[in-house]
Amino acid sequence: MQKLQNLFFRIDALSTRIGQAFSWLMVPLTLMICYEVFARYLFNRSNAWAFDAQLMLYGSVFMMAGAYTLAKSGHVRGDILYGFLSPRQQASIDLILYFVFFIPGVAALAYAGVMFAGDSWAINEHSSITADGPPIYPFKTIIPLAGALLMLQGVVEILRCVICIQEGAWPSREADVEEVDVEALRELVKADDVLGTIASQKGRA
Amino acid sequence: MRRELVFGFSIMGAVVLAALLLTPWTALQSGHLGLLMLALVVVAIMLGFPTAFTLMGMGMIFTLFAYRMSSPDTAVQQALDLMVQRAYSVMTNDVLISIPLFVFMGYLVERANLIEKLFRSMHLALARVPGSLAVATLVTCAIFATATGIVGAVVTLMGLLAYPAMLKAGYSEKVGAGVITAGGCLGILIPPSVLLIVYGATAGVSVVQLYAGALFPGLMLAGLYVLYVILLAKINPSLMPPLSEEARRPKLSSTSLALSDRFGPHAMVGLLQGLFRPLPAGVRRTAIAGEALQALIPALLVAVILALVVWARPDPVAPADAAGGLVEMSGTSMESQRQEAPAEPNSGLSALPESEDGKASESDKPVELGGLQEPPGSEKIEKPAPVGSGLQEPPGVNAGAASATPATSSESVAMSAAQSEPLPTPTWVWVVVGVGLAIILVTYALLNWARFEVLKLLLSSFFPLAVLIMSVLGSIVFGLATPTEAAAVGTLGGALLALGYGQLNLPVVRESVFLTGKTTAMVCWLFVGSSIFSAAFALLGGQALVEAWVLSLGLSKLEFLILSQVIIFLLGWPLEWTEIIVIFMPIFIPLLDNFGVDPLFFGLLVALNLQTAFLSPPVAMSAFYLKGVAPPHVTLNQIFAGMIPFMGIQVFALVLLYLMPEIGMWLPTVLYRE
Repeated sequence: MQKLQNLFFRIDALSTRIGQAFSWLMVPLTLMICYEVFARYLFNRSNAWAFDAQLMLYGSVFMMAGAYTLAKSGHVRGDILYGFLSPRQQASIDLILYFVFFIPGVAALAYAGVMFAGDSWAINEHSSITADGPPIYPFKTIIPLAGALLMLQGVVEILRCVICIQEGAWPSREADVEEVDVEALRELVKADDVLGTIASQKGRA
Repeated sequence: MRRELVFGFSIMGAVVLAALLLTPWTALQSGHLGLLMLALVVVAIMLGFPTAFTLMGMGMIFTLFAYRMSSPDTAVQQALDLMVQRAYSVMTNDVLISIPLFVFMGYLVERANLIEKLFRSMHLALARVPGSLAVATLVTCAIFATATGIVGAVVTLMGLLAYPAMLKAGYSEKVGAGVITAGGCLGILIPPSVLLIVYGATAGVSVVQLYAGALFPGLMLAGLYVLYVILLAKINPSLMPPLSEEARRPKLSSTSLALSDRFGPHAMVGLLQGLFRPLPAGVRRTAIAGEALQALIPALLVAVILALVVWARPDPVAPADAAGGLVEMSGTSMESQRQEAPAEPNSGLSALPESEDGKASESDKPVELGGLQEPPGSEKIEKPAPVGSGLQEPPGVNAGAASATPATSSESVAMSAAQSEPLPTPTWVWVVVGVGLAIILVTYALLNWARFEVLKLLLSSFFPLAVLIMSVLGSIVFGLATPTEAAAVGTLGGALLALGYGQLNLPVVRESVFLTGKTTAMVCWLFVGSSIFSAAFALLGGQALVEAWVLSLGLSKLEFLILSQVIIFLLGWPLEWTEIIVIFMPIFIPLLDNFGVDPLFFGLLVALNLQTAFLSPPVAMSAFYLKGVAPPHVTLNQIFAGMIPFMGIQVFALVLLYLMPEIGMWLPTVLYRE
């Protein structure tokens, strides 16, 4: 069991590292668009390939972060029932639906992506948005890559469901930065401070 | 079985039952299959599997099915092609690209950690308003949620910050919970919001127009909330007892205290004397100089704006007058009694029509279709940087804008000179200048030490955020930048903001980047799934069936709108807004034509309506965020009860918007459609 848990962590870590690495592309994306804006208004010129490049950065970020998001259970779920079910019930539903929806969908996407990217490589495809556009076959290759990574992570999630059904509790995940991290936010606002101000003022009054 | 489970299962059962009963089993067409698929997907989503993959899987299965019925041999290949094409179109979607950028900006702004200062300055500035803490909470929420767009974080932060303060001040648990949850959700509606981008991308409506259109409905909703709270506090003060005199008074800095003891109650007089007269012991001249500089910032702001107004005067009336709005705005907030700031541009923009003939088509283009075929930079030549471009941006936004201004202004001077008919300076220019000067003079005349303290707080919290939001929004709405560009520059602004408050370091950037990656993946994979799903729905002919059915009902436009909004309202109970938009908008939008409903207007109604999705139990996530940080004695039921009146206000706002479409449609019409 411990071994399996370690394997989970390793694959989680793989998805996470790759997703995070691609997330860093946000910085060049932001800077690049800003540069384009300033270049347009200040020097009155722009790069023809910039638009293609921006789309490629954006597309790569979200596609490759898909498995990362799955590893951190960040994909939005309908929460009308799920949250109220016991872990075992949750895992049973998930397990079935992974086989019904996830595997066929993602497998088809990854497989179709291989052909899609293969065609693009074969004809040495370049973007046609502008004349002399940049090559887009690397970008199209993102689809099968993201699909394969997602599938790998999906297998781990399926095994997690199985373990959860056996043990009645979800196997742990490695912590990651959260959008609403209550402790961090508590630190951020130093709630006592504001309270203290008002309380002491009331006290004085 | 628990109540929540019963509720969930009964909704699910109702969907299944309706699907089973409504299907004409004897005369089955493929379209019915599409509708069955729709019912199935709602049930599947309720089961709680990640929605993106539910949609993707179900879409794939039904696509295969649809193709198999027409051409069994090539079905697999066709289905695969369709899937990958849909995925690729999301990857190259020039509307969705602005989502990660706005999200990124939001995380950075959140990390700048302005909310505590913002809340404190608002609560002091609004101290005399009935229910001041609640009103301050609403305003803080609205501003912070607009700048960050992160509902969960805003509600949690305010739950930690404002909720205990309100409870301590004797406010009722329900009112406090209501203002925090309702206020935190405003960021979803008030642009720049991600919801509108998602709607725009789904419905094919220009995001720029949606932003322009959602501005006033969003402010109206915020205004209605504030109005409700004030009225409630007036009618039933026991719910929101007024603060003690002490708690209303800002704590003065030591310098201010010393100066006020020495030179009397007036801040400007005191500071002036402090600069030149002998000082009490322990007060340093440099500290006074610093305070005096801060006191001068509003005057400088107004001066810069007025200078720009006068400079740009010979040319079109619009931009300059918009700046007039800004003048008044900064004036009002400086008086720090009322929080009208966001409403003011109204007056400022009223003169726009004359100037827009040339620009309208230009600013339309990049959005409607331009973005697709043209890289954003390519329209630079035919787009004469709209005159007085620097004006709409509150001054000091960035060096780029500032240095661009002289160029454009002199260009405009040259242009009007070329007409060889120097226009007389319109009277309104001088009126604006006069009003601006009067406001600043009155402000300074009334500036005592307490107000000065509040002003300093506002300068360090409210103003940076307001400037950031207005410059992002302004540049989008006035066509200076596409939403994508404005979001990127706004992200840079957010980073500078964080830098300015000493919060920008590698861990913060790293966390923001990772969060952005996850959020973007969540939204965009949902798009991948839903676009495959809606392709399957269309292939099966579900759309045609829905259309035929709706037309057979013989509804009037009003009835159709009410029906659709009621459906969306009901969907908001079990589903989240992302799911509602990406799954159901593709079904509603094609119907609009039959009833002559403008998709833009429909989008505004939907955006307003979906506010309720955040407040309707049991999926109201803001309630759970608040519950997570509220003191233990506050129950979830109290929080829900507190949210109900605000839901009522949302419905009221929806009715208002329907009765007076101009609230939303006026600005986009004036800017882009004349």
